[in-house]
Amino acid sequence: MKHFFILMGFLYWSIVRSMVNAPAEMLPSVQFFRVFWIPVFFVVPLLTMRSIAGERNAGTLDTLMTTPTSRIAVVLSKFSGAYIFYMMLWLATLGFPLITSKLYPQAAAGGALLDPASLIGGYLFLAISGLLFIAIGIFASSVTRSQLVAGMLSFTTLFLVIAGGQQLGNIAENSTDLAAWLETTVNYLQIFEHLDDFSRGIIDTRPFFYYTSTAALLLGLSTLVIEAKA
Amino acid sequence: MDSTPSIRVENLTRQYGAITAIQNISFTVNRGEIVGFLGPNGAGKSTTMRILSGIMTATSGSAWVGGICVAQNPREVKRKIGYMPENNPLPDEMRVVEYLRFRARLKEVPSRKLGETVQEVMEICDLARTARRKIIGTLSKGFRQRVGIADALLGDPEVIIMDEPTIGLDPHQIQGIRSLIDNLRGKLTVVLSSHILPEIERSCDRVIIINRGRVVTSGTSASLRQEFLPGNRYDLEIDGNEADIFGALTKAGIEAELIESTKVKDSISHLSIRADSTGDLGADLIKALGNAPTFSLRSLVPRIPNLEEIFLAATKRSWEETIESKPKVTQEPTSNTATETSPS
Repeated sequence: MKHFFILMGFLYWSIVRSMVNAPAEMLPSVQFFRVFWIPVFFVVPLLTMRSIAGERNAGTLDTLMTTPTSRIAVVLSKFSGAYIFYMMLWLATLGFPLITSKLYPQAAAGGALLDPASLIGGYLFLAISGLLFIAIGIFASSVTRSQLVAGMLSFTTLFLVIAGGQQLGNIAENSTDLAAWLETTVNYLQIFEHLDDFSRGIIDTRPFFYYTSTAALLLGLSTLVIEAKA
Repeated sequence: MDSTPSIRVENLTRQYGAITAIQNISFTVNRGEIVGFLGPNGAGKSTTMRILSGIMTATSGSAWVGGICVAQNPREVKRKIGYMPENNPLPDEMRVVEYLRFRARLKEVPSRKLGETVQEVMEICDLARTARRKIIGTLSKGFRQRVGIADALLGDPEVIIMDEPTIGLDPHQIQGIRSLIDNLRGKLTVVLSSHILPEIERSCDRVIIINRGRVVTSGTSASLRQEFLPGNRYDLEIDGNEADIFGALTKAGIEAELIESTKVKDSISHLSIRADSTGDLGADLIKALGNAPTFSLRSLVPRIPNLEEIFLAATKRSWEETIESKPKVTQEPTSNTATETSPS
C-alpha cells in the first residue's frame, strides 16, 4: 500500500515536472490516468490472489462451505472487499492534485490541476474498469489453491486484457482491409480508448456494459468453480 | 423426539475420475448416538463426511440429515450440521472470540443472541476463561482443537461431524477432548472419525468400520467382538513342556486351539489359546492345567479382544473379499488431485 503511494506519487510528480519543462496538450490528471495500468498490474494481483486461493489452501474454504452461506455471497464479499480497497487506494491519489494546488496556488489558478470533468471522468473510468480487473483477479484466485499461481494468472490475464486490446487496436489501424464489424469489436475492447473518452468527460455506455458484463460473467464462473471444487 | 434417524445414507458412491473413493455405502445413525467411523487411511471416511456436510457432492446415492436430503437442500442441511474438518483449519490471525462471533454470524445466529451463544460454546469447550482473547495462531494444538469443536457447536446443530478430532494431541489433551465429547452425549448426534482405535472404543456407542470405500461392518464393540473374534481367548504362562497342555485340555473336555506361543525363558513360555465354547472357562482351565505333572501353570488371563484386533480382523476379511470378488481391485484414493484433500 505504501509502495502504491510512493509509485503513484512519483508518477504524478514526474508528470507535473515534465509539464514545467515543456507545455503539454493534456491535463496532468489525464496524463496521470493514462498510466493507470502500471499500478493495476501489481495492485490487482496482490489484492486478489489470496482471497479464495488462500482460503482453499488453508482449508478454511471448507469450513466456510459448511455454513448456510451461499457461494455467490462468498464470491461477492471477496470481490467487494478487494474492490473497495482498490477504490480507496485510487481515491487517495486525489490527494496529489490537492497537495500540488495547495503548494502552488498559482498553478491551480488556471484550473489545470483540478479540472472537474477529467477528474470525475477518470475516477469513473477507474471505478468501472476496476470491476473487471478485480473480477479477473478473483476468478484467477478461485481456480487454484496456490496464491502464487493465482497472482501470475491474474497478472497475465490483466496484461492480455489491457495491452492485448491496445495491440489489437494498433493492428486494426494499420490494416485497412479489416472488416467493419471486426473494427467495432476491436474498438469495444480498447481500454485506453475508453479512458480517453472518460477523462475528457465523455461517458459512453458501451465500455460500461463491457466492464460490468464481463465482470459479472467472471464472478459467476468463480461461483461455479467454487461449487465444483470446494 | 420423532424417530427419523439423524443421518441416513443409502448407496453412496463417490468417484474421483477413475478412482472410487467410496462405493455403495449405507448406514444410519440415530438421534443422540455417538458413532465412530473407523478405517485405515484412504478408506473413505473423510469423503463420506464431506458429502454429509454438503461440501462435496456424491457421484450417486443419497444422504439425509435429520430427514432432509443433502443433495436437494444443502442449505437446510448445513443449518443442522456442525462440521469440523480434518486438521481443523482456522484463520491464524484472528482472536478466538472474534472468530467464533464471525462463525456464529455465518451460521445465522441472530445478532441479539450472538454474545450469549459464543459465550455458551466457549464455556462448553473450556475456552471462556483461558483463551478468550488469544490469537488463534498462538494457541496450542489442544486449544485449537477446542476452538474447532466450539465452532462446530455454534448455531445449535443437530448433528456434529468431526473428522479426526484427536489427531496430533497428547494424552492429556485427548482425555480433555474425550470428556468434551462425553458431555455432548445424549444431547446431540455425534459422528467422529479416527484411526486411533482405543479412542473410538472409549467414546463411541457404535462403530462403523470402513475399508476401501465400503462399510465392512457396524455395531457396538461387543457385537463386533462376537462377530469377528468369536470364542474365548486366554493368555497363559506355563513352565514346562507346552505340547502337553493340549493333552491335558482334551482330557478335561475343553476344545482349544493355539493362536500363538512365545518363549519367555528356558522353559517358560507364553501362550494364547482360543476355546470355541462360550461362557467362562477360567475355573475349568485352572482345574485342568493346575495339577499337571509335566508343566505348571504360572498365570492365566482372560483376554478381551480390543477394537484393534476386531478392526484388523474385519479389514482383513474385507480385503480378502475384495480380492476374491473383484480381480481389478479399486485403487486407494490416496494420490488425489491437488484440489481435493485426500479422503481418509
